[in-house]
Amino acid sequence: MFEGYSLAELGSIFAMQGFAGLILFSVFVLMALGLAIIFGQMGVINMAHGEFMILGAYVTYLCSNFISSTAPALFPAYFFIAMALAFLASGALGMLVEWAMIRFLYRRPLDTLLATWGLSLILQQIFRSVFGAREVGVVLPDWLMGSVAVTDTIEVPINGLFVMGLTIAITIVIYAVMFRSRWGQGVRAVMQNRVMAGAVGINTEKVDRYTFGLGCGIAGVAGSAFTMVGSTGPTSGQLYIVDTFLVVVFGGAQSLIGTIASAFTISQAQSTMEFFLSGSTAKVLTLLTVVVILMLRPQGLFVLKVRR
Amino acid sequence: MSSDKIDADKLTGGLPSPLRRKLLLGMAALPAIGLLPRGALAQALPTDAVNTTKLAVTDSTVKVGILHSTTGTMAISETGSVQAEKLAIAQINEMGGVLGRKIEVIQEDGASDWPTFAEKARKLLVEDKVAAVFGCWTSASRKAVLPVFEQYNGMLYYPTFYEGLEQSKNVIYTGQEATQQILAGLDWVTKEKGAKTFFLIGSDYIWPRTSNKIARKHIEMHGQKVVGEEYFPLGHTQFNSVINKIKLTKPDVIYASVVGGSNVAFYKQLKAAGIDLNKQTLMTISVTEDEMLGIGGENIAGAYACMKYFQSLKNPNNEKFVAAFKKMWGGESVIGDVTQAGYLGPWLWKLTAEKAKSFDIDKIAAASAGIEFTGAPEGYVRVHENHHLWSKTRVGRARTDGQFDVVFETADLIEPNPFPKGYQ
Repeated sequence: MFEGYSLAELGSIFAMQGFAGLILFSVFVLMALGLAIIFGQMGVINMAHGEFMILGAYVTYLCSNFISSTAPALFPAYFFIAMALAFLASGALGMLVEWAMIRFLYRRPLDTLLATWGLSLILQQIFRSVFGAREVGVVLPDWLMGSVAVTDTIEVPINGLFVMGLTIAITIVIYAVMFRSRWGQGVRAVMQNRVMAGAVGINTEKVDRYTFGLGCGIAGVAGSAFTMVGSTGPTSGQLYIVDTFLVVVFGGAQSLIGTIASAFTISQAQSTMEFFLSGSTAKVLTLLTVVVILMLRPQGLFVLKVRR
Repeated sequence: MSSDKIDADKLTGGLPSPLRRKLLLGMAALPAIGLLPRGALAQALPTDAVNTTKLAVTDSTVKVGILHSTTGTMAISETGSVQAEKLAIAQINEMGGVLGRKIEVIQEDGASDWPTFAEKARKLLVEDKVAAVFGCWTSASRKAVLPVFEQYNGMLYYPTFYEGLEQSKNVIYTGQEATQQILAGLDWVTKEKGAKTFFLIGSDYIWPRTSNKIARKHIEMHGQKVVGEEYFPLGHTQFNSVINKIKLTKPDVIYASVVGGSNVAFYKQLKAAGIDLNKQTLMTISVTEDEMLGIGGENIAGAYACMKYFQSLKNPNNEKFVAAFKKMWGGESVIGDVTQAGYLGPWLWKLTAEKAKSFDIDKIAAASAGIEFTGAPEGYVRVHENHHLWSKTRVGRARTDGQFDVVFETADLIEPNPFPKGYQ
C-alpha cells in the first residue's frame, strides 16, 4: 500500500498515525480513570459508568445552549464551565446513588452488577424522556475545531490535543489526591483494610461516598470532553462501557498505573492494526490478545499487594 | 340490541345496526354508492364482504398496527417513522377513513430487540388481528418478523432503504432497495466530479456490506478503482487511523455508509483532521436530516447524500406534508428519507384496499402492483410487481443548518431491482 509515495510523505503519515494512537490513548485513560477508582479502589462493578459520562455530555449540551443564548461573549470559554458543571452533576448523582443503593450492596459484588445495570437502563430512559430519543448536537467554540498544521503535511486535530491535555491534567490531579493528600490516604486505608481503617477513626462510609462521587464526577468530565469526538444520545454511554472495563481489567483492577499502562498498550495496538488491517479485524485481534494475556495473567498487567 | 343504540346511530347517521347491516348485505350490489350520504360507504361495503378472514374490521373501524422501537438504541431513528405513520393515519381518518372505516392504531414497541419485534408482530397478527402493520426499521428486525408475517399472513409496510435481496407477498417496501439508491448517485459523482478512485467506509453489518458490494461492482465495471474498503463495528467511535489511511490513499470520493452514533464521531473527526468536505468529495448513503441533528451541520456541510427524499424538496405535496408534520409534531422536527417513506405506508395501503374493495391480505397483496400515489411528498410513486416502489433518486448537498440543497434528481423513476444480476 506504500508504493508510489515519497519518504517524506510516509514520514508524515506515520507521524500523524502515531498521534492518532496517542489521542486514542488519552480517550481510553479519560474513560477509564473514573471506573478505575470505583471498580479498582472500591470493588464496585459500575455498569452505569457510561451513563454518568453521558450525563456530563448532556450538561455540556445544556450549558452550550444556555450560554450561547444568554451570554454569547462567554461562548469561547464555555467548555471549561461545562466541564466543571459536568463534574458536579455527575459527582452529585454518584453520591446520591451510593447513598441510596450501592452502600447496601458492598458485600455482594454480583448484585451491584445487576443493580447498576438496572440503573443504567433507568438513566437511559430518563435521558430519552427528557432530551428526546434523537442525538443532540453540541456546538463547539471555533477554537476547538479544525487542526494545527505542524509542517506542510502533518496536521494534528485540535480537539485531540485538548483531550490529551485534559487527560494529563486530570491524571496529575488524581495522583495528587490519591497519593499525596490525607483524604487519599484514608481512601487507600479503607481499601486495604476496612475494619482497621474504621478502628483508627476513619469514617469509612463518608470515604466510600466521596470516592464514588469522585469516580462518577470524572466520568462526567470525560463525557463532557467526548462531545468533541463522539455522539451525545441517550444510549451513547453504551459505546464506551466495554472499552472502559477492558482497559481497567487488563491493567490490573487495583492499580492506577496499570490502568494507564493498559490504555497505552491497547490504544497503540488497536490504532496500529486499524491502519494496516481493517477496523473490525483490528478490534477482534485486540480483544483476542487481551483475552490471551488475561488467561496467562489473570490479575492484569499490574497488581498491588492487598491484604484481604 | 338496546333501543338507545339505534337512536345514537340515527343521530350520527353512521353506525349501522345489525338489522340494517343484514338488509344492506342484500343491497351491496346496488349501484347506489354515489347517492348515499357521508359514512354510507361502509354500509355499501359491508364488513362480511370486505373482510372474509376475520381481521379486526367492524362496520365503522379497522385496526392496524405500528411496530417500531420507541425505546432502546434504535429509538433515535424510528421515532420519525412512527410520527409520519400517525400523521398519515390521522389525515386518512379526516378524509373519512379506508372503505368508510376509521383507522384505529395499536402501537407496539420493538424495543430495539429483534426477538421482541417477532413476538410483538405475532401479537399484532394473532391476538389483535390487525389489517396491516406499519413498522420495522433495521434489516435485522425485518428479517425477524418476516417468517411471522408469512406464517400468519399479515401485511407489513416497511419504510427503510435497505440492501435488497428480498421480496415477499407479505411486505411492501416503501424505501429504496440498494441499486435504486446507489447506482444513480455513483453515476452522478462520476460525471459531475470526474471521480476515478473511491474509498468505501461503512459500519460492519449486512446493509453497508451489501451496498458496498454493489457499489464496488459498479465502480469497477466503469473502469474506476476502489482504493480502500473498511468496516467498523457498530458504535465504533475512533476513526483517526482510517482518516490517515484516507489521507494516504487520496481518493477522489469517500463513499460512506457509517450508521448510528459512529456517524457523529466519524464526521467530527474528519473535520478535526482538517479534511474540508468542500474540497474533498464525500458521498454518503446513510445520513438524513435526522442524523444531521446529532452530527451538527457545521461538521458535515459540503458532503453529498444520495437518497430519494429531502425535506427541502420543492413541490406542492412536500410543502403541505412538511407543514402538516410540523403542525402535529412541533416546528423543530426534521424529516428524513425514511420518515417520508413511513408516511407513504398508510396511504398506499388505503389506495390498495380501495382498489381491492377488501381488507383481505391476499387481495391487498394481489392488488398492490400498479398502485399509484400522486400525493407523495417525494413526488409520484408506483408499486412494482416485486412490491418495491418505482422512485426517483436525488443527490443533496449538506448545509450548515442541517438541511440539504437538492443538486440532482434522476429524470425518470428508477425501477426497483431487489435481485440485481451481475451485482451479487
